[in-house]
Amino acid sequence: MADFTVPALTRIWRTLDKGSRLLLMATGVFSQGRAKITERTLRTDKWWLQPLITFSVLIAFIFYATLRAFENANYFAEPLISPFYSPCLSDACVPGSSLLGHLFPIFHVWGMTFSPALFILIFPLGFRMTCYYYRKAYYRSFWMSPPACAVAEPHAKYTGETRAPLIMQNMHRYFFYAGLVFNVLLTTDAILAFRNSEKQWGHMSVGTLVLLANATFLWFYSLSCHTCRHTVGGRLRNFSKHPIRYKAWTLVSKLNHYHQNFAWVSLIGVALADVYVREVATHAITNWYFF
Amino acid sequence: MTRTLKLRIWRGDDKTGGLQDVTVEANHGEVVLDIIHRVQATQMGDLAVRWNCKAGKCGSCSMEINGKPRLACMTQVASYPEDEVITITPLRAFPVIKDLVTDVSFNYKKAMEIPTVSMPEGVKPGEPRMQQIDVERSQEFRKCIECFLCQDTCHVIRDHEENKKSFAGPRFFIRIAELDMHPLDTLRNRKKTAQEEHGLGMCNITKCCTEVCPEHIRITDNAIIPMKERVVDEKYDPLRWLGSKIRKREGIL
Ligand code: SF4
Ligand code: SF4
Ligand code: FES
Ligand code: FES
Repeated sequence: MADFTVPALTRIWRTLDKGSRLLLMATGVFSQGRAKITERTLRTDKWWLQPLITFSVLIAFIFYATLRAFENANYFAEPLISPFYSPCLSDACVPGSSLLGHLFPIFHVWGMTFSPALFILIFPLGFRMTCYYYRKAYYRSFWMSPPACAVAEPHAKYTGETRAPLIMQNMHRYFFYAGLVFNVLLTTDAILAFRNSEKQWGHMSVGTLVLLANATFLWFYSLSCHTCRHTVGGRLRNFSKHPIRYKAWTLVSKLNHYHQNFAWVSLIGVALADVYVREVATHAITNWYFF
Repeated sequence: MTRTLKLRIWRGDDKTGGLQDVTVEANHGEVVLDIIHRVQATQMGDLAVRWNCKAGKCGSCSMEINGKPRLACMTQVASYPEDEVITITPLRAFPVIKDLVTDVSFNYKKAMEIPTVSMPEGVKPGEPRMQQIDVERSQEFRKCIECFLCQDTCHVIRDHEENKKSFAGPRFFIRIAELDMHPLDTLRNRKKTAQEEHGLGMCNITKCCTEVCPEHIRITDNAIIPMKERVVDEKYDPLRWLGSKIRKREGIL
């Protein structure tokens, strides 16, 4: 008790205060014992350029996709359907656009018809959000964790993917399975585009090529996925006992090397395919038929 | 053909220190380590630097050159523009001992926490036979020269000292992957311990380790992500979990 004098309390307060300041200012590269360097990074190159480009392209895509998903119009022009709206599963879908029939009734939110795109959006969105490549891309460019290599991140605490919500990244494989279903559907859309606007087979238009290219890019994106690589053979311990899976794994590994490229090409591909269908649907351009 | 180089070299110890300006001659074809040796021979006799092979194979000369973790013996002076000042500092994720030398013992502690390969019972040394295709994945990881540049650049510990106790780092994730992919290893809890003890879940696959590895080991793609997928098999995939329970139960019945 005798120790709780004013000078003693002041001393305790000072120690605590110094401790908390040290805690805040002395983490990471500024930690005690590490070389005393005041800069967050000494990199002289344009390390901020890559995250800036990634950020801008992703934001542009999100902006466009959101607008289009809520537009609820101009997504179908026989025989073309926009990848944002396929499969069209709601009673609100325009006639002829539903490949699998209607699973959902029309309902309204704040006086607006709930767009059919919103029922299915979660699958491609979840697939890309949990993709190992996009994770890298947005952790760096949006969350700055880290913004670039050897550039100190602006966070005091970091737990990575060990807790909710980020622990959900481990569900990537389920979105991958869903992605395969979507690939089959979008490929079907592309095949159905070998018809004319009167639903007669044996025709081919620029739109057919657009949908085919889109489906192809999406297949490459899925097949080069890390989960795909793991599933076809990566989880094995003895390749020698599974020669066919070893072959498949070797092939997928080659594709996997370019997963980042397929991620971007397929993302931009989806957007461009949508733009094309929209232009045709609004009669801004005519879908030109080769035969 | 010589050129005059302007350098800033960090000098100091764990208490104080700072960047010091130096001007030095450089010959055609020289690497940064050559320049450091010339500075040491002509101007700073007591400059501390760790090196050994000068061939990019011993992993001793790790430091940061213009803010990037690199091997000084593999960094060509010619790769910097004539007028650029080259800044040389010790690794910034580890405690500094003196000048360019850091204390990397953290890595040796982590190495000891990983149990080595455990061969099937009764298999004597010299007896194991493995096929090439079963070991080639791990061979990539055996190229590691333990320069610890990946450990130094990994933001999980570089930016968060407090994570060091619970995070092994990319160099040891390739070690764990190597053992988990080993065709004869009998230790079955490597996935579980990777996640629960070695901090695999802390890695957010931002790939800086891969970017700096002088051996071009594709650490993230070939070791970390495959390990994360293996951990999902074991810990987070409800379908596989159910499958393994049913298999187990049938074993009992
Ligand atoms: S990929 Fe993971 S281990 Fe490698 S530097 Fe990034 S966070 Fe660290
Ligand atoms: S994995 Fe590469 S960067 Fe890391 S210690 Fe080994 S050689 Fe160095
Ligand atoms: S889709 Fe990118 S890793 Fe699976
Ligand atoms: S001195 Fe051996 S790696 Fe540079």
